[in-house]
Amino acid sequence: MYVADSRAGSPRLSASLEQGGHPSAPVSADGAARPRTGRRLSAVAPTVLALGAVSLVTDVSSEMVTAVLPLYLVAGLGLSPLGFGLLDGIYNGFSALVRLAGGHLADRGGGRHKWVAGIGYGVSALCKPLLLVAHTLTPIGLILAADRTGKGLRTAPRDALISLSSTAENRGRAFGVHRAMDTAGALLGPLVAFLILRATVDGYDAVFTVSFCVAVAGVLVLVLFVPGGGQAHEAGDGTRPTLRAALALLRRRDLRRITVCALLLGLATVGDSFVYLLLQRRLGVPDRWFALLPLGTAAAFLLLAVPLGRLADRVGRWRTFLAGHGALLLAYALLLTAGHSAALPYAVLALHGGFYAATDGVLMAAASDGVPRELRSSGLALVQTAQALARFACSLGFGAAWTVWGDRTALTVSTVALAVCAAFSSTLRPNGTDTLRPEGTT
Amino acid sequence: MTARNRTLVLLAALVVLAAVAVASVLHASARADRRNQTQTGGPRVTPGRVTLTGSGRMVFRNMAWGPHRDELTSVPAKDPSGPRTASGVKCLRFYAASGTGVCLRAVHGPVSDTYRAVILDASLHERAHYDVPGIPSRARISPGGRYAAWTAFVGGDSYAGTNFSTRTAIVDTRTGELTPSLEAYRIVKDGRTYHAADVNFWGVTFAPDDRTFYATLGTRGTTYLIRGDLRARTVTTLHTNVECPSLSPDGTRIAFKKRAPGLPKDAPWRLYVMDLRTLRETPLAEYRSVDDQAVWRDDHTLVYALPGDYGADLYTVPADGRGEPRRISTAAVSPAYLR
Repeated sequence: MYVADSRAGSPRLSASLEQGGHPSAPVSADGAARPRTGRRLSAVAPTVLALGAVSLVTDVSSEMVTAVLPLYLVAGLGLSPLGFGLLDGIYNGFSALVRLAGGHLADRGGGRHKWVAGIGYGVSALCKPLLLVAHTLTPIGLILAADRTGKGLRTAPRDALISLSSTAENRGRAFGVHRAMDTAGALLGPLVAFLILRATVDGYDAVFTVSFCVAVAGVLVLVLFVPGGGQAHEAGDGTRPTLRAALALLRRRDLRRITVCALLLGLATVGDSFVYLLLQRRLGVPDRWFALLPLGTAAAFLLLAVPLGRLADRVGRWRTFLAGHGALLLAYALLLTAGHSAALPYAVLALHGGFYAATDGVLMAAASDGVPRELRSSGLALVQTAQALARFACSLGFGAAWTVWGDRTALTVSTVALAVCAAFSSTLRPNGTDTLRPEGTT
Repeated sequence: MTARNRTLVLLAALVVLAAVAVASVLHASARADRRNQTQTGGPRVTPGRVTLTGSGRMVFRNMAWGPHRDELTSVPAKDPSGPRTASGVKCLRFYAASGTGVCLRAVHGPVSDTYRAVILDASLHERAHYDVPGIPSRARISPGGRYAAWTAFVGGDSYAGTNFSTRTAIVDTRTGELTPSLEAYRIVKDGRTYHAADVNFWGVTFAPDDRTFYATLGTRGTTYLIRGDLRARTVTTLHTNVECPSLSPDGTRIAFKKRAPGLPKDAPWRLYVMDLRTLRETPLAEYRSVDDQAVWRDDHTLVYALPGDYGADLYTVPADGRGEPRRISTAAVSPAYLR
């Protein structure tokens, strides 16, 4: 679905590049001024498509590495990677700081989103050739940590760029298009890596080299086709992007409420790897399908990201965001039934992917409305960080609950917690109106 | 820069990047030709008949370059560096006992590789096969040839995921009854039933009674030696800091790799032997880090693999802590002694 759309959208991409040739051309206004009567992607700004392309290409690159890494460690290097993830906990805290720093740095100096994001993509790209020379667990672990630091750095500025390049009316769709492209890359990466391994003997070096080339291509697309700077200052409310101003964002009621909700709901969002483990243990998914389960989630995410983003623009981002958690709640409930119907795992994966499609980009679109342009990146980083830390805490808690009570009780507790958090979040809607609806439609 | 120039810059860069990418793939695929050529000075390998019956032979995966790379080969146990007889059967990991073999191998599919455990009869013909959910690591057959066990690594599934887990399966080759994951067994730790999401099992070794086995249980950063009961479907923790146990033929001792204090994180293991009655541990005379499930050649000698020029070499060391390690075979891994 997305592939066809993006192709349909590409003439516009090149058309807008002509405008991008004039440094003064306001890219975001460009998106807004476009007549919205055309076909589906007509309202998506060229910058969003360019960022989508960057994410697609970068995800191909990083998922190539992710896909071959276990095989490389075990079969290629003869290492035992058990316990490799023990530092993940410490790393999560560091990653949160990097994300906040990236968000804030991007806002400073009148909008350096493109360059901060570019450094993030660049760092990740440079990590790939380093994998060619690292042959033991510690350096490989450090390289992966640097790679993820790059990801942490770029996420908020990139989302801010998407947000600033779209209008209040089409922001959900813009994020949906971006997330669909991103996920398409994640699905393609493992395939590319596999084809290389098939064509070679122990071709891990070739996988890393190709991954590096692909990552560099992503950085180049960003540098060449994403307009930089200045967008944040059009029609802003004059807030100076200082650190104090970034922290003061939490005094804004809308953003505070969104952050609190993202945090609460994140506390009841069981990590993906647990979901797949539960699918296997409770619904009897055979071992040989285990590696394919994440693809199920990704496929549903890919298919639903654009439709649900559009839906969010129409019926309200808040409602869509909450409905996404409803889908997750339903997925938990299905896992609790422990039925052995063949359709059940598909339903759980579809709901799980639907949950991401209805919440991931939609949350960013929703949060954008409550943050001034000058602080967009800081504000989005704040919400993302709250969510990421809450999810990490949930993983720790869920693991502990599993140890003490077993998987069924742990899941029951999460289900109840999610229901309570979702119910509470739905009452936080300010003044009973859907303030997260696009401006001007409430 | 105009749009046209940007596009030209991108295209030019893509041509260069594509050239680098293609060159790296071609370089890696040329490796296949090199590896199919026999190395001068390497072991002599000739095709022939390999069986899992009879005694006095060692069967293993041949890693020497040439047409028989990765095939099961056999040598006289007394002359392990002598000429090899290649069977034509390819395996990544292998073990055999009493005329039954287990061979973990890759199956090349259209969009990804999968792995499979194949139960072999004495003539290396396939009797049954089972899906393996990850990258093969350890394989064992019970001394009487009835039970087979294998361990696979299952990789992380998140962005740059670094969390790995293991799956260990046991099959009764007589009835075909498969336990896909030992996690289905009840864990008794310190006298109480234990649950945890992060439970991992690896490295099964069987006792001759067709009921008892030993393995490693990892949870919360600690590894335990466990004794398993195939009939009661329980595992009981016995001791900590034990990985990849291997039961001696007389059933009295366990050889294992232990995370010894003060060693680098990348090479943390030393080989030990533990007396199961007294739980007394003896460090062996191998001072390198061994990441293998050792094999007992007899009641006094252990054989294990260390990384070598062509993948791995086999070494031997006395089981009583005395003597010194000796290389017995190059370009070889996964040995099994036919008794």
